[in-house]
Amino acid sequence: MTVFIIRRLAQSLIVLLAMSLIAFGGVYLIGNPIDILIDPNATEAERMAAEHALGLDQPLWAQYWHFLVNLLHFDLGKSFSASIPVSDLLLQRLPATIELTIVAFLVSFLGVPLGVIAGRRPDSLLGKTIMAGSILGISLPSFWIGLMSIIVFSVWLGWLPSTGRGDTITILGTQWALFTWDGIKHLILPGVTLALFNFALLIRLARAGMQEALMTDYVKFGRAKGLFERRVVWLHAFKNILIPIITVQGLELANLLTGALLTEVIFAYPGIGRLAIESIHFLDRPVIVGYMMFVVTTFVVINLLVDIVYGIVDPRVRYSGGGND
Amino acid sequence: MTAAVLNVEHLRTHYFTRAGVVKAVEDVSFEVRRGKVLGLVGESGSGKSVTGYSIMGLVDHPGRIVGGRILYNGTDLLALSEPEMRRLRGSRIAMIFQDPMMTLNPVLRIETQMVEAVLAHEPMSRQAARRRARDALGQVGIPSPDERLQAYPHQFSGGMRQRVVIAIAMLHNPDVIIADEATTALDVTIQGQILSEVQRLCQSHSTGLIWITHDLAVVAGIADEICVMYAGRVVERGTVDDVLDHPAHPYTFGLIGSVPSRNERGQPLRQIRGTTPSLANLPQGCAFRPRCFRANEICTNEPETMSISSRRETRCFHPLVAQPT
Ligand SMILES: Nc1ncnc2c1ncn2[C@@H]1O[C@H](COP(=O)(O)OP(=O)(O)OP(=O)(O)O)[C@@H](O)[C@H]1O
Ligand code: SF4
Ligand SMILES: [Mg+2]
Repeated sequence: MTVFIIRRLAQSLIVLLAMSLIAFGGVYLIGNPIDILIDPNATEAERMAAEHALGLDQPLWAQYWHFLVNLLHFDLGKSFSASIPVSDLLLQRLPATIELTIVAFLVSFLGVPLGVIAGRRPDSLLGKTIMAGSILGISLPSFWIGLMSIIVFSVWLGWLPSTGRGDTITILGTQWALFTWDGIKHLILPGVTLALFNFALLIRLARAGMQEALMTDYVKFGRAKGLFERRVVWLHAFKNILIPIITVQGLELANLLTGALLTEVIFAYPGIGRLAIESIHFLDRPVIVGYMMFVVTTFVVINLLVDIVYGIVDPRVRYSGGGND
Repeated sequence: MTAAVLNVEHLRTHYFTRAGVVKAVEDVSFEVRRGKVLGLVGESGSGKSVTGYSIMGLVDHPGRIVGGRILYNGTDLLALSEPEMRRLRGSRIAMIFQDPMMTLNPVLRIETQMVEAVLAHEPMSRQAARRRARDALGQVGIPSPDERLQAYPHQFSGGMRQRVVIAIAMLHNPDVIIADEATTALDVTIQGQILSEVQRLCQSHSTGLIWITHDLAVVAGIADEICVMYAGRVVERGTVDDVLDHPAHPYTFGLIGSVPSRNERGQPLRQIRGTTPSLANLPQGCAFRPRCFRANEICTNEPETMSISSRRETRCFHPLVAQPT
């Protein structure tokens, strides 16, 4: 297992390097950030001074080298546009995204029991209704659902706010909205909108898994032992369908944590995804690169976690050492 | 003669598929006596497993028992409610499946799977249930049962796994055990061990055993009585010696001829010509007609079961042994 983790970390280091190179090169290709950052009427001297201050006057390889050296000290540099450290910027935005992720994740987990119910009786009216709902949830684009829910719940009914984060309280220097009533109200619409796709996905995964599991011999043997159907379904079959669900949920969690770009933009929600979009507008290279580093790291960490959880759920993985992937 | 614990009378189990009605079991009758072994023989698809599931009350959708009676100590199982049936399953009537790799749940410890089987029928403390499980493992010849309880199925060999399954089936000293191809997936030496193990246990607990197999040689070694099935019907029934020495039905005759035997070494094996008919599309009259060397005009009618002697029946217009007049 340790060998496996070390190998994984080495691999992800390479990915990190590659990503930072791509980000650097990509921004360079799109344009010179200085054109966006300074007043178009600035003099040549002012421009040179600004370039010098941001280090943009050095050749690209030197800038990259500088970035790498700083990275070794866990320093992602300063934002071009906001002039504060990128890591501060990310940390500022992260709580909002984490809260949104938690809400969306919890809401979407409702799909699991629904999928199990549908999988047990796929031909019943209830089973068919659940399945139809999940098809809608998967095929309707989230921006459409987001806009519709704003129209209905914010504009027509006026029940829920449609933008921003609402009141927050400060805990350990970061802002959290999940602990204020106003904050919770602000989380509902984006949270549910964001949850819908994963909710529908979980219905399908659980339904397909359940249908398959219920045909296996171990389920039949469980029944032949005289177990209650409850136990056969919710222990024997359920524990087996968790394996594919965990895989997909790991990716989904990473997706949500790295920012639900579309949802955050629609609801003007100040999370990390919107930060990424904003920084691309400004060609704010340190932020873009920092954001990408964050994305890659999140994926690596979550994949590692998924592998560990695998071992807990599936004993066959545990003993083989998990090294052969 | 010992009384029958289980009487299957004119059992009919059909699958209502989209492609039509599959008559998987069509008029099957036999008796199981305490401490005796009934061999249920027939080629793949002849309805042996479905007969077993019918007795257990475990016929899956879209299947349904459409006729007949299954008398357990005189009570018709088909008239029981699901809770009543559950109490019998695994405690009075147990079933063992073909593939020990699939019968045990891969993600649960042996302990969990055994303790739950104990507790499903007898309320007791977990410690007591665990002791029961451990003793049962010891009884089927599993070394250091205390440790093995902690293991997962994949840590056992195929033969050991089947022993675990047998131990589970024997937990409540059932009156009847249905063993569905219980040794087919194992290699030959293990097969012999398991076979004699099961035989010994059933005899010492005077459990009636239904041994389902397509292998006549196995049946010859273990069974007291034989039922030969073809296309969902019992075509011949009698004591092992009678049936194997003097087969009455042409299909049984063919089956016996296709088993290699010592005194015919060097000669080509006889094979039954033709292939198993599709159950959805059976020939008119006797289902064996297209493959039968004795078929004639009359055989386009459906043959009824008739007795040849006491406890000896066949379903054929032209049996190969003399009929009583
Ligand atoms: N779920 C099902 N849906 C439709 N038909 C089924 C189903 N299960 C069984 N059958 C039908 O019942 C017939 C008998 O099946 P069964 O499993 O009892 O055969 P078997 O004698 O046990 O054969 P084998 O030696 O291959 O195990 C099969 O031909 C199959 O067509
Ligand atoms: S009834 Fe006719 S076709 Fe069927 S087995 Fe007997 S002889 Fe053959
Ligand atoms: Mg079978």
